[in-house]
Amino acid sequence: MSSIFLELREGLAIAWRAIRANKIRAALTMLGIIIGVTAVVLMSTAIKGIDNSIQNGVSALGSDVLYIDKWAWFSNDDWWTMRNRRNLDMEDFNRFKESAKLPLAVAPVTNAVQTIKYGDRKVETVFLTGSSSDYVKTTNFDFDLGRFYSEVESNGSRNVAVLGSEISSKLFPRGDALDKTIKIGPANFKVVGVLTEQGSTLLGAFNPDNQVFIPIGTIFKNFKSRHFGTVTINVRATSPELLEDTKAEAEGVMRKIRGLSHNEPNDFTINQQEGLTGFLDSITIVIKIAGLFITGLSLFVGAIGIMNIMFVSVKERTREIGLRKAIGATRRTILAQFLLESSVICLIGGLIGLIFAILLSLMLNQFFPTSIQYDVVILAIIISLLTGIVSGLAPAYTAAKMDPVDALRYE
Amino acid sequence: MNIINIEHIAKVYQVGSEEVRALSDVSLNIDKNEYVAIMGPSGSGKSTLMNMLGCLDTPTSGIYDFKGVSVSEMTDNELARIRNKEIGFVFQTFNLLARSDAIHNVELPLIYAGVSKLERRERAKQTLVDVGLEDRMHHKPNELSGGQRQRVAIARALVSNPAIILADEPTGNLDSKTGEEIMALFHQIHEKGNTIILVTHEEYIAEHALRIIRLKDGLVEKDEVVEKRFIPKEKIIA
Repeated sequence: MSSIFLELREGLAIAWRAIRANKIRAALTMLGIIIGVTAVVLMSTAIKGIDNSIQNGVSALGSDVLYIDKWAWFSNDDWWTMRNRRNLDMEDFNRFKESAKLPLAVAPVTNAVQTIKYGDRKVETVFLTGSSSDYVKTTNFDFDLGRFYSEVESNGSRNVAVLGSEISSKLFPRGDALDKTIKIGPANFKVVGVLTEQGSTLLGAFNPDNQVFIPIGTIFKNFKSRHFGTVTINVRATSPELLEDTKAEAEGVMRKIRGLSHNEPNDFTINQQEGLTGFLDSITIVIKIAGLFITGLSLFVGAIGIMNIMFVSVKERTREIGLRKAIGATRRTILAQFLLESSVICLIGGLIGLIFAILLSLMLNQFFPTSIQYDVVILAIIISLLTGIVSGLAPAYTAAKMDPVDALRYE
Repeated sequence: MNIINIEHIAKVYQVGSEEVRALSDVSLNIDKNEYVAIMGPSGSGKSTLMNMLGCLDTPTSGIYDFKGVSVSEMTDNELARIRNKEIGFVFQTFNLLARSDAIHNVELPLIYAGVSKLERRERAKQTLVDVGLEDRMHHKPNELSGGQRQRVAIARALVSNPAIILADEPTGNLDSKTGEEIMALFHQIHEKGNTIILVTHEEYIAEHALRIIRLKDGLVEKDEVVEKRFIPKEKIIA
């Protein structure tokens, strides 16, 4: 046991000396591994980041909420078929609200895009969400300041607004949005609430952080006709377990409202988070496979580079190998020596790559969600060691099986 | 008991479809504290015999006993062990590790023998002192003269207290004065009780030994005692 430890330590010393003797060559060889490990670490970090961000985004939608819409989020149905469906309108919503008994809350939703101003600050193309006061019950919103607009404000189509956290921080860097009067398009609105940060950058404009919430009547009054565009009905079940029952009831109620006979297909779609998760999973799995394949390829190229250099190194040191064998090195010792050399090169390269990856991911974090984790660090170390062993195996074996007589005579 | 006992060994190489008999039939014994020179023209089989004696190669047929143990049937690992413990090689081209200093070069056999670092250092230092290099321990080969390099190599051969020192043309790459120094060193090593086998093609170098074995065409042509032995005057060690 102690002799193996001794041999290992000696082998490491020999490897280290060999690497130092050929600094430039070792550095060039490491480059392949540095790039490979950097790519692998960055890619797994990015994948983790995407996963986390999707998780946040999707959970913001709520697992117990249904979205009754003219449009299906993900469907194989013909776009044209959906395009030709009759719009859902406020009439549909009101009848739905009366008939559906299971939901915890229902809310009509319509959207518009406007520029928002406060003083000389301004945010363009803001997504306005118009709904009823019950909308907040279909979400998991928390409030930084104030409250959601009330039933009275909603029914009266008052000019009141609830700001997403990012909109608020853009217009009111000092966080004093409450009760201020902002301009949405041409009209003045009073800020009654500001949401806490909700989450995901991936959802883009659909991220509540970038939205402004106002009563639906106010949208129709100021920004678009009641008869233009369609309304989505958000339905929250009383519990996730009751989601399927709520969905079945909603489908029946909607078919009745839309006056469909039993052989006609639905002219609406009931969307839910589940579909989104599946859809996003199918996208990310492609990203993951492509990413890992490409990064794996760069690692493979790095490994070939190392194998190449190790072959040269073995050839160059033929006489040294002969001598070592003549004075008592066994095959195993020689094999270990060269395996250790390639492993040390790869390990150093891997650690440098890891440092690069961490620095890069810190920089990228400004634009893109990333997260470095311990398991990635361990993964990088294992990958570089494995690359070292795999790429060093063939050259080391060549060295180990050399005949000492021939090796000593080699010029 | 003889250290080396060789009976009717032959070595046949297969070169393409042709058989080359490097050694046809060689028998010899070498005793403890002998000083033997092996001579012969090129192609006589002296290199092959030397590789055999040094356990770098095994005979095709015949008996080779080293300290009473048969070498012919040894595995690679057993041969490596014998080379490490029982044989000290000195080469014409020194074969030092260029990137390592003298002391590390001398330590090398002890590393493979699994000797602890402290003991290794101590023994390597002492051996370097013995060959007169106490002030060159941390010099690399390119900072040493040819004679000094060969002395490092001799120290490396001596450090593990081997049963035989096997020197292959040790003066071949040195000028005659330096060569004489090296031969003086071998003389002293022999005086201290070591067994030396010297492979050379120079009559005058061979005459430093006590016995000359002359090879020709893979056979022992002559095995004779040196009548007028050349005793070097130079003293390396005070």
